[in-house]
Amino acid sequence: MKRKIVSVLVCAAMVATMAVGCGSSSTDTSSDAAATTEDAAAEEDAAATEDAAATDDAAAADGDVITVGFAQVGHESDWRTASTQSCQDVFSAENGYDLQFVDCDNDSAVQLEAVRGFIEQQVDYIIIDPIVTTGWDMVLTECEDAGIPVIVIDRTIEDSDKYVAWVGTDSKAEGLAAGEWLKAYAEAKDISELNILVIEGTTGASAQIGRTEGFNEIAEREGWNIIDSQTGDFTQEGGQTVMESYCKSYEGQFNVVVCQNDNEAFGAMDAMTAAGVSYGVDGDVILISFDGCRAALEYAMDGQINAVIECNPMAAPIVEEVIQALEAGEEPVAEQYVPGSYFTGDDSVTSIEVNGEAKEMTIVTPELLETRPF
Amino acid sequence: MSKIKKITGMRLFLPIFCMILVMAVNILYDVASGNFALNFFTISVRNGVLYGRLIDILNRGSEIAILAIGMTLVVSASAGTDISVGSVMSLAASFCCMLLAGYGVSSTNDLAVPLLVGVLGGVLLACVCGAFNGFLVAYLNVQPMVATLILYSAARAIGLLLCNNLIVYVREDSFKMIGGYLGFIPTPIVIAAVCILIVAVILKKTALGLYIQSVGINKKASRIAGLNSSRIIFLCYVVCGLVAGIAGIVASSRISSADSNNIGLNYELDAILSVALGGNSLGGGKFNLAGSIIGAYTIQAITTTLYALGVSSDVAPVYKAIIVIIIVTIQAPPFKAYMKKRSAKKALAKGGAAA
Repeated sequence: MKRKIVSVLVCAAMVATMAVGCGSSSTDTSSDAAATTEDAAAEEDAAATEDAAATDDAAAADGDVITVGFAQVGHESDWRTASTQSCQDVFSAENGYDLQFVDCDNDSAVQLEAVRGFIEQQVDYIIIDPIVTTGWDMVLTECEDAGIPVIVIDRTIEDSDKYVAWVGTDSKAEGLAAGEWLKAYAEAKDISELNILVIEGTTGASAQIGRTEGFNEIAEREGWNIIDSQTGDFTQEGGQTVMESYCKSYEGQFNVVVCQNDNEAFGAMDAMTAAGVSYGVDGDVILISFDGCRAALEYAMDGQINAVIECNPMAAPIVEEVIQALEAGEEPVAEQYVPGSYFTGDDSVTSIEVNGEAKEMTIVTPELLETRPF
Repeated sequence: MSKIKKITGMRLFLPIFCMILVMAVNILYDVASGNFALNFFTISVRNGVLYGRLIDILNRGSEIAILAIGMTLVVSASAGTDISVGSVMSLAASFCCMLLAGYGVSSTNDLAVPLLVGVLGGVLLACVCGAFNGFLVAYLNVQPMVATLILYSAARAIGLLLCNNLIVYVREDSFKMIGGYLGFIPTPIVIAAVCILIVAVILKKTALGLYIQSVGINKKASRIAGLNSSRIIFLCYVVCGLVAGIAGIVASSRISSADSNNIGLNYELDAILSVALGGNSLGGGKFNLAGSIIGAYTIQAITTTLYALGVSSDVAPVYKAIIVIIIVTIQAPPFKAYMKKRSAKKALAKGGAAA
């Protein structure tokens, strides 16, 4: 009896967890129905010719619906939600797609299962935002055997090359941009000495590695003094705690704080306010943030954050280009970056040069905020 | 000699000794880097509020200290740990913020309901979670680890559902105050102190502490002696849920948002560790609340010290682990026995030489 009750409760808990996973997507409610019709369609296709892959191509060429399976990481941040939304908008029924969306809730086992599920459903394309970088070779081989092209977005896969394309953001370029902006800003404001504190992201995350690498490259070139660099785990509390400690350790010794995401910047702002350190356009400390969620841009507009380097979650339009190229029988570009914008609250720096390319600094306005997807 | 022995023989000696040991590292560091030796311990009033590393430790350690109260009682009464506290914190925070902001709202500058309603709602929900755990453990005799595993995995997810999968921001001053400042003292310190005081007084002034210990030592015997063992275990879990709720609201107010993915993440482990560092047996029975609280602040002292030393973020967990290993070893019974034996041998050798 006791065991039964416990097992019922455990099951209930698991169902609740799954319900949360599904809840994040509006298209999911119809996904079961879509899956069955899709299966039926696939069977018909298989009956018509023996080669499933060939059928798919033919079907697509006839202007039929293209089925895309998307195994998303989860829904841990506004950024991720925007990324999901972007996919759902691009691969909509109006655009001639049938999107099978699975929210994996940051569980890599669930993600592997999701991809296997896509193979069973015989989708035309699979999009993966890999939760972990390794352990993919086997399942990607299965995809290859089934003749389904795989497109990887955002994060990377390291132990397999059996995917046709990768689309994501260039975090090193983001780091470089932050450095270049700081250089231009310091020149504009006539600041000769830069003493920098960095609040890094989760150690080992690709964004942390790239942003650190890019920013440090500029810092080294310009001979800036990076006083300290510690991790804030990409969270607001992390940023708060690290900044609180920085304020005590390096009192009056720093004039730049670089936070590797928006949440850390919010935490750092709280901590600096509490310690009586002024920041932003009118303050003593220059604050730079990455990602560019709406709240961060609002702060940039108010002049509390000096510059926000965007990490663009809108990968789906580029993924669609890849799919269209494959549909047309062309070789897609193997590695593409989603272009990011750079935001600021004041007009002291209007453009910067990143990787030899001139980039415009966008001034945040209320109208711009209206159009932001996340 | 006998005086020293008296001090070292005290129950709280080892936990306090360990904490002092951790902090002493900072004196060495300050001296070595040419600063004022007691830099770490200096407390000043800056910007109208208390300011200093010690204040940071007390402030940041509040959540774990609050959790440690409940965890100590649970460990003592049921000889098991409540691993759901971190998730329950997150759930309480999410529910509180959802009430304050209104369902589906992701950012608000004014409150939808009075602050008290939101806070009480969050804390009450946490109590319900505690009661759920308590019911499973006390009345269905489910192993505590298994029983609390249910909410460990589910509570965070329920929190996400409540918040519509968003991070809910409540940027309102009265809510921010819970994790901010009360006059010139950080509010979390006050909340932790009040919680500790209330529980300590109840344990001291009533026989409840004794009941909990006796249930923990032998549940059956206690029942035969006339105690309602199940009810006492149940009560401990409810208290544990209650404090988890309070800690959750403090944590959420600090960042003025309900970040259900990150609030209270891995706090259950820190809470269990603080009970262990406080010299309490995880096997239940006798407990020492003051020890657990000291353990909680020791954990925070380690974290703050590592920040102060500027230890690179990649290797910080390694140092933390080393320090914890040392502290646990010092307090381990075989080590204590060995030290006793050695000193006895020394005394014997001395005695032999004198003769």
